[in-house]
Amino acid sequence: MEQLTYLALLAGCLVVTAPLEVLLHVRVYARWRRLLVALVPEFVVFVAWVLYAIAAGHWDYSDVRTLGVRLPGGIPVEEVLFFLVVPVCAVLALEAVRTVTGWDAGYPAPDDSAGSIAARNERGADRRAESGQ
Amino acid sequence: MSYSALAVVAVVAVLVVDLAVLRTRLVTRRVFWTAYAIVIVFQLLMNGVLTGLDVVTYDPDAIWGPRIAYAPVEDLLFGFALVLLTLASWAAVNRRANTARRRGLDTRTRRSSTR
Repeated sequence: MEQLTYLALLAGCLVVTAPLEVLLHVRVYARWRRLLVALVPEFVVFVAWVLYAIAAGHWDYSDVRTLGVRLPGGIPVEEVLFFLVVPVCAVLALEAVRTVTGWDAGYPAPDDSAGSIAARNERGADRRAESGQ
Repeated sequence: MSYSALAVVAVVAVLVVDLAVLRTRLVTRRVFWTAYAIVIVFQLLMNGVLTGLDVVTYDPDAIWGPRIAYAPVEDLLFGFALVLLTLASWAAVNRRANTARRRGLDTRTRRSSTR
């Protein structure tokens, strides 16, 4: 069981954040292609960082508390998953805050999200006001 | 380079990406800082377990020394850079996709919120 420590933590992150997609409808997993594209820079940079850190001896991983599966460069499989799971959780957090507050994040909300419906209604109200209705 | 030096370089580099390269300017927005405040709580929890149980161990020569919840303070810089790079990239991808889609559907612009 000890060997599942790191993997269980990652699973915990996904379980804890899942209600944001299911109940709050932030539509992050629903936009999974976009999500994958957005993760590419982070994944490349941070996996490279970890490979350098392992080679330079900055840090090391327990073989007791991980599965013990090491990929090329000595990086544990859990550490690779970390750089997919944690950024997804961060995106879920951002979209959750935006959905709840309606605060501007610098890009339009997707057309079928709550924020976008609000924006569309606002545009409709503008139009009615302009045409004197 | 030590972990400390790399962590500082990473934060500066990611700030440049957010402000000047992608121009997503998330660090100027309260939506980002509110989300980051939530993320950092979970980061301290998860990192605390990872380092407290010695899942990850650090070379004392590669870090400054001070620790927060068992983890070297550099981990906070590492985490900030990871989160900001991810969210700036996510914002840039969505800005591109949603703006393009809206342009096809509706060319009317919203009334300026600064008025």
